[in-house]
Amino acid sequence: MAVDATSIFVTDQEPIARSRGRARYAARLIRQNPLGFFGLAVVLLLGFVAIFGPAIAPHDPAEITTTTAVQGNPSLDHLFGTDHLGRDVFSRVLHGARISLTVGFLSVIFGTFVGTAIGIFSGYVGGSIDNFIQRVVDTAIAFPALLLLLILSAVLGPSMRTIIIAVGIAIIPGVARVTRSAVLAESTNQYVEAARALGASTLRILVFHITPNVLALSIVIMTTLLGTAILAEASLAFLGLGIPSSVTWGQDVNDARNTFPFHLWQAFFPGAAITLTVLGFNLLGDSLRDIFDPRLRGRL
Amino acid sequence: MRRYIIRRLLQSVLILFVLSLIVFILLRIAPGANPALIICGINCPKDRLEALEEQLGLNDPYFPVSVTSDPPFVEFATDSQYGSWATSLFSGSLGKDWNGNSVGAELQRRLPVTLELLVITTIMTVTIGVPFGIISAVGRNSPADYTARFSSVLALAIPNFWLGTLVLLVPQDQWGYAPPITHAVSFFDSPWDNLRQFVPPAAVLAAVSAASIMRLTRSSMLEVMRQDYIRTARSKGLREQVVIGRHALKNSLIPVTTVLGLQVAGLFGGAIIVESIFNLPGVGVYELGSLIRKQYQVAQTLTLYIGVIVVLLNLTVDVAYAWLDPRIRYS
Repeated sequence: MAVDATSIFVTDQEPIARSRGRARYAARLIRQNPLGFFGLAVVLLLGFVAIFGPAIAPHDPAEITTTTAVQGNPSLDHLFGTDHLGRDVFSRVLHGARISLTVGFLSVIFGTFVGTAIGIFSGYVGGSIDNFIQRVVDTAIAFPALLLLLILSAVLGPSMRTIIIAVGIAIIPGVARVTRSAVLAESTNQYVEAARALGASTLRILVFHITPNVLALSIVIMTTLLGTAILAEASLAFLGLGIPSSVTWGQDVNDARNTFPFHLWQAFFPGAAITLTVLGFNLLGDSLRDIFDPRLRGRL
Repeated sequence: MRRYIIRRLLQSVLILFVLSLIVFILLRIAPGANPALIICGINCPKDRLEALEEQLGLNDPYFPVSVTSDPPFVEFATDSQYGSWATSLFSGSLGKDWNGNSVGAELQRRLPVTLELLVITTIMTVTIGVPFGIISAVGRNSPADYTARFSSVLALAIPNFWLGTLVLLVPQDQWGYAPPITHAVSFFDSPWDNLRQFVPPAAVLAAVSAASIMRLTRSSMLEVMRQDYIRTARSKGLREQVVIGRHALKNSLIPVTTVLGLQVAGLFGGAIIVESIFNLPGVGVYELGSLIRKQYQVAQTLTLYIGVIVVLLNLTVDVAYAWLDPRIRYS
C-alpha cells in the first residue's frame, strides 16, 4: 500500500513529549499515515450519512413533483441535479449509504465468522480433510465471484437478508484461506509449545491460544473486505437483482443507463459515492493491516 | 510430479461432481418461479401448465438413484433430470433449452465473443500492469511510483459497471459517438469495427486487473530486489539494466504469472457486466439471462463449464509454478 509508516499507535522513532499536546500528536499521526486517515475520515463521514442521511436529505428521495425539472443539472436546490423522474439525486445518494453500509457490514461479519471457523477447523484437523477443503477453497476463490452471487441471489430470491447471505457466502473462501495459513503459522510459535508442554489439550490450545491471535487478523480482513462486499451489492443491484423497492446506488446507475436521453449527473453521483466508499474502506483496511500485521502486505 | 498431477486430476473430478450437484439442486430449490409458468405466462390454464411440465420433464425425479424407506432401499429411475443432463454433457450436445434451441450451438456462436473480450483484456492487463509495476518498484517513492500507486488504488475502487456506463454513454451523449452495438462484428470481416466494439469494454475490465497486477509486480519486484543474489549481481559489476532485466524481473514475474492465470477465470464475472452494458452477445449475458429465466439446462451447463475452466486453470497454475520456480516441490 501507499503508506510506509506502519505505526500510528506506537512511534518508536522519536518519543513524543507529553507537553506538546494532543493536537500536535494527532497532527503527527495524520502526517505519518495520511491515506489511512483519509480512509478513516471517509468511513466516519459515511457512518454519519448512513445514520442521519434521511434526516439531512433536503428532499424525499422518491418525491416526484410537477414543479421539479426532469434531468435537471446541479443547482442550489438540487446539489447533484435531478433524475429522469425529477427526483433529487443528492437525497438519493444520502439515502443509498444506509443500505450499502448495512449490507456491507452484515455480510462481512457473517462471511468472516464462517470463513474464520472453516479456516481454523481446516488448519486444525490437517491431513486429507484439510487438503480437500483447501482444494474446494482454491476452486471457490478462482470461481467468478459475480456468477456465484448471481446464482445465490437467484436461488434465495430478492430481499435484503438474502443479499447479505449471498455476499457473505461469496467472501467465505478468501477468509478461510488466510485464516488457515495464519493458524498454521501460529501453531509453530513457542508459546503453543509451552502450552502443550504444560499439558493443555489441542482443543484448549486452539480456543484459548490460537483463536485470539487469529481474531486480530479477522478484524483486519473484515475492513479490507468491506469495500469488496459493497461493490458486490452494487453490482447485483446494477444487474437488476438488488433489493427491490429501495434506494441503492447500483440501482440508480442502472436507471441512468437505461434512461434516454442519457443524463450524466444521474449516473455520475451514485457511482462516485460507491467509488469513494470503496476507496475509504480499502485505504483504511490497508493501513490497519500494515499496523497490525506487516507480514500480510500484498497478500490480501 | 506425475503422481501429483494424477491425484489433482482425480480431486478435480470429485470437485466438479460436487459442483454439478450443488448447481443442479440450487437452481431447483429457487423459490417461486416454475419454468413452465414462465414460458406459458401468468394466466396459464391448469391443464396446459401440467402438460408443459410433463413435456419439459419437470415431473421426472431429480436423480437416477433415490433412497426409499422400503427394501431394497434404493430405487432406480430411467428418466431423471440429473441423468439426462449428464447424458447431454457426455454426448457433447449439451442438450436443449426450454425453447428447443441447442445449447451447444448457441455456445459455439457466443464463445468467440467472450474469448476475444478476455484475450484483449489480458493483453491490456499485462502491457499496462507489468511495466508500471516495474517502474514503480525500481523508482520506489519517486513521483512515478506515487502516481502509479495512487492510480491503482483508485482503479480498484471504481465499480466496473459505472466505468463501463460512462465509457459507453458519455461519448454518445457529448459527441454522438457510439461503437456498432447492434450485433457483434467479426474481426475478419471488419477489423476496425470489431476493435471499436471490443476495445472499450476490454479496457474497462482491464482497469481493475491491471491495477492489481501492477501492485503485485511492484511488491514481488521489491521482494526480489532485497535478495542476496541481486546484491551479488550488483557487486560483480553488472549494469543496472542487466541486474533488473535479467535477474530481478525474471524471478519477480513468477507469482505474477500465476495470479494472472487465476484472474482470467475471475474476469468472467466482469464479462457478464460489460457484455450487458456494451450489448455484446457473449457467454456472460447468456448465463445471466438463463439464470433470470430459469433455463436450468443452460445455467447449469454454463456454470459447470466455467467450473471445469477454473479447476484446469488452478492445476495448470500450480504445475507452472513448480516448473518456473524449481525450489517448489509438490509431494
